[in-house]
Amino acid sequence: MLRLTNVSAGYGQIQVVRDVSLDVGEQEIVCLIGSNGAGKTTLLRAISGIAPFCVGTIEFNGEDLSDLPGHEIVTRGIAHVPEGRRLFRTMSIRDNLLMGAFRRRSASEIKHNLDRVYHLFPRLAERRDQAAGTLSGGEQQMCAIGRGLMSEPKLILIDELSLGLAPQVVDNLAKTLLHIRDLGISILLVEQDVEIAFELASRGFLLDSGQITVVGTTAELAENPQIKLAYIGA
Amino acid sequence: MLASLAASFPARPLPRIGVGVLIAVALGLLIALPLGLDNYYMRLATTVLMYCVLAWSWNFIGGFVGYPSFGIAAFFGFGAYAGAILLSAKIIPFWLSPILAAAGCFAVAVVIGMPILRLRGHYFAVASLGLGEVFRELAMSWTALTGGGMGINLPPMRPAFGTEAQTFYYAMLILALVTLGTTIVVARSRLGVAFRCIRQNEEAANMIGIDATRSKIIAFAFSAALPGAAGAIYASWVGYIDPSDVFDILNSVKAPVMVLLGGTGTIFGPAIGALIYLVFEEFVTHHLLQFHAGMLGIIIVALVLFMPHGLLETLRRRKQGQA
Repeated sequence: MLRLTNVSAGYGQIQVVRDVSLDVGEQEIVCLIGSNGAGKTTLLRAISGIAPFCVGTIEFNGEDLSDLPGHEIVTRGIAHVPEGRRLFRTMSIRDNLLMGAFRRRSASEIKHNLDRVYHLFPRLAERRDQAAGTLSGGEQQMCAIGRGLMSEPKLILIDELSLGLAPQVVDNLAKTLLHIRDLGISILLVEQDVEIAFELASRGFLLDSGQITVVGTTAELAENPQIKLAYIGA
Repeated sequence: MLASLAASFPARPLPRIGVGVLIAVALGLLIALPLGLDNYYMRLATTVLMYCVLAWSWNFIGGFVGYPSFGIAAFFGFGAYAGAILLSAKIIPFWLSPILAAAGCFAVAVVIGMPILRLRGHYFAVASLGLGEVFRELAMSWTALTGGGMGINLPPMRPAFGTEAQTFYYAMLILALVTLGTTIVVARSRLGVAFRCIRQNEEAANMIGIDATRSKIIAFAFSAALPGAAGAIYASWVGYIDPSDVFDILNSVKAPVMVLLGGTGTIFGPAIGALIYLVFEEFVTHHLLQFHAGMLGIIIVALVLFMPHGLLETLRRRKQGQA
């Protein structure tokens, strides 16, 4: 459903990602791994239209997204859960979630999506009136994912799911991601923790200094000597 | 549901009962006010209305969106000159001058906003500050159109009814009500929600589908058009304008100070700030004329140190603390 062909992206004069081709299928979790500064975040930003420059083609369900501005990408069915959550800190959880539905008009649909998020993350329902800035890291991540779901996406880009979170919290979030996939939503997951990434995803891409160097199913990647050496430490 | 979200934002909802009565009484007082005032107080009343317009205008870009603009003087002056030039050419009646000035400022702000709203924080502040200086230089050197440093004398106005002072008071009152109305409508609309999202986190705002650039340009244009109209009325009111008067950088500083005094991003904060500021300004010009600018500096410092959220918010927090 998502297909990137020879995408290069970066900031002004600095090209961070070069000639990347990548695809995500229907109802699939795909992971993008790589070290710090490899260009993972830039690539996600290129997909959601907020990288300062981006060349190549980004196709989503047959439509070319390359020239669309960021605020239009959301309406095509791609939600971005950014690194560091980026919540509206003084707003309540409920308002943060509702903001995710900014481009949706139907009140009944918004209500339905809100209930869906509360169902996936009962914790958010319990604290719906609490300001987002006062939540724990895990709850903030739930809120950010929930906000993404409110736009009724077909694909969610998640940047650093586990960043700064306790292993138990990450396990819970990971389970929820599987539920989300079962709802028919694909996920492109950027993740430092390769173990979590491989557990969740069916396929993976290794981004190294801005280029894709290894592609395969996660089972294959787990056996790849280069990845084993650099990321698993075995 | 988004509508309810928008409604849940504007400052503190007032209790429903009595609001209608309160508005009617306030309006009645404002309309009847000129009957009981001498010239000095008429001038003060008109000035406070003008300050309200400037403060509410600044609130769009500086308060709701959180982009600290120092561009009020630029558009106030632009509007003053637009009005003065058109009126002294005797091609339009007085009442049309603020409308045309506002339209002109709106258009100019859209064009200028596109490049400078790409800047954030203090970079934007500096760019907007420069704007007033550029306009002032233009007015200084484009002698054929503006009269340069000699300024422009406006033709005297013969009001259809009442005195001149009353006419300008009512003109400023109407403009202030328009500005307040715009503020309330924007605060409760999707646009207002977008403004607040941008203030909290511009990148996240983009990610949820808000066209941040467009929203910022609209806010900037509002905070240019309304001071432009005020400038046009001001020009007729004082009868003579020159570049150093209408492009006075102090206007760019006064507006945010008034808003900070009252409360940023609230609906009535700016008006309260404008009133406090005017009383203070009168006091200082009567008793400490030489130290006028110095006192302004002292208030700014005191504000930042003691009431960074404005008077309304400080009072509310104090009350909450006691409860």
